[in-house]
Amino acid sequence: MLKVDQLQFLDWHALSLDVNSGHCLGLMGRSGSGKTLLLRAIADLDVNEGKVSLNGLFRDDVSGPEWRKKVGLLTSESKWWHESVGQHFKSSALKLLIDLGFPDESVLSWKISRLSSGEKQRLALARLLSSSPDALLLDEPTANLDSDSVSLVENVIHRYREEHSVPVIWVAHDVLQLNRVSDIKMCMNEKKLDEDV
Amino acid sequence: MIISEIVSLPAERISLACVLIIILALTTWRADLRLARPLLIASVRLIIQLSLVGLILEYVFEINNLLLVVLIALAMLLVAGREVSVMQKYRVSGRWSYGIGTCSMFVSSFAVSIFGLAAIIRAESWWDPRYSIPVLGMLLGNTMTAIALSLDRFTTYVWEGRETIEAKLMLGHSSQEALKMILRDSLRAGLMPVINSMAIAGIVSLPGMMTGQILAGNSPVDAVRYQIVIWLLIAVGCGFGSMLVVQMASKRVFDERERLRTDRIYKV
Repeated sequence: MLKVDQLQFLDWHALSLDVNSGHCLGLMGRSGSGKTLLLRAIADLDVNEGKVSLNGLFRDDVSGPEWRKKVGLLTSESKWWHESVGQHFKSSALKLLIDLGFPDESVLSWKISRLSSGEKQRLALARLLSSSPDALLLDEPTANLDSDSVSLVENVIHRYREEHSVPVIWVAHDVLQLNRVSDIKMCMNEKKLDEDV
Repeated sequence: MIISEIVSLPAERISLACVLIIILALTTWRADLRLARPLLIASVRLIIQLSLVGLILEYVFEINNLLLVVLIALAMLLVAGREVSVMQKYRVSGRWSYGIGTCSMFVSSFAVSIFGLAAIIRAESWWDPRYSIPVLGMLLGNTMTAIALSLDRFTTYVWEGRETIEAKLMLGHSSQEALKMILRDSLRAGLMPVINSMAIAGIVSLPGMMTGQILAGNSPVDAVRYQIVIWLLIAVGCGFGSMLVVQMASKRVFDERERLRTDRIYKV
């Protein structure tokens, strides 16, 4: 279970929310309403106050890097630093890659500079899931994808959530998508959270 | 070993060099290159500053007092530290900016100079200003560029690569892992000029200190020995100084939770 208690960043109201293991919280809100900031604060990437725990483990009891490894944050724009795809993967992710619509292991030798934005987004998801996080914080994970790829991504995330029983926060603008993937929806509005819209 | 008396340069012969500068200034002015003014200002500064230093050094050598040497050395260090922080395009905020530069200059120049003077050169008193001030000056001048360059590259790469650094942090990388490539590249940028100059020394150019000693009538073999020692010390100073400066800066751009704090870097 992911428990966020009185989390405060910049001049937003203190926010609290719980996401049960295996459940998905859909998060909506206008651009600039602070959805990304909330995910970044939970992942402890920006300065913030408040208590956050995952399966009983409090964030402040582990180092920053350890915590971020547990709460996998996926941003809408992915970043790559090596030359080829495979250099970014520490463990085998072949099954994930095939589930995400890539042909075979040859994808690992692809050059980053030749990837499309949609390919990058799916690969970023595979890279994240292959590091086995205990929670998923997803910031518009299908923003650059065509409809076929959207279903692939939704299925892969759904399966990961069920198999590993991890809590998920899914930020999206598409209400229909959030209806499909989430158990409960919340909306960021006026620097605070409104429940189930 | 002094081979012959040095030819002394009277003012009227120095002014011949000044005439050449004036001709150059006039030529650039005619061509509208807008270089004449800075060229003339720099020349005048050079003449005034060096003449003053000459007078001061003559006095310092005569008095031969440790306290005076320490004071001069500290003044040189503070100016060099300021110079390092001024040369940055992106600066680390707060007093750190100055502290990081000065602290690394201290290690790179002071510590290395003292070692060179006490353990290698071994003049009668190791702080003899005739040796200590030129050695420290050479080290400060040369390591300053390397340290400033390493720090400048480091902060620039961190600023421009902030999103990539955060992407690595999101995957659970530590700050040191996330910075590894940047650390390597910024140290290379700072040290390659020194390494290159060492590699071509004596072939393409004759180093300044050696040239000076030869002009002053010393034997080339002695001059070369001094030059070798000085240059090795410069390389050591540049290396440790640059490593220290980027380490200190990397501590500053992350906080205790290993979050990237770009709010602590600002563009000048």
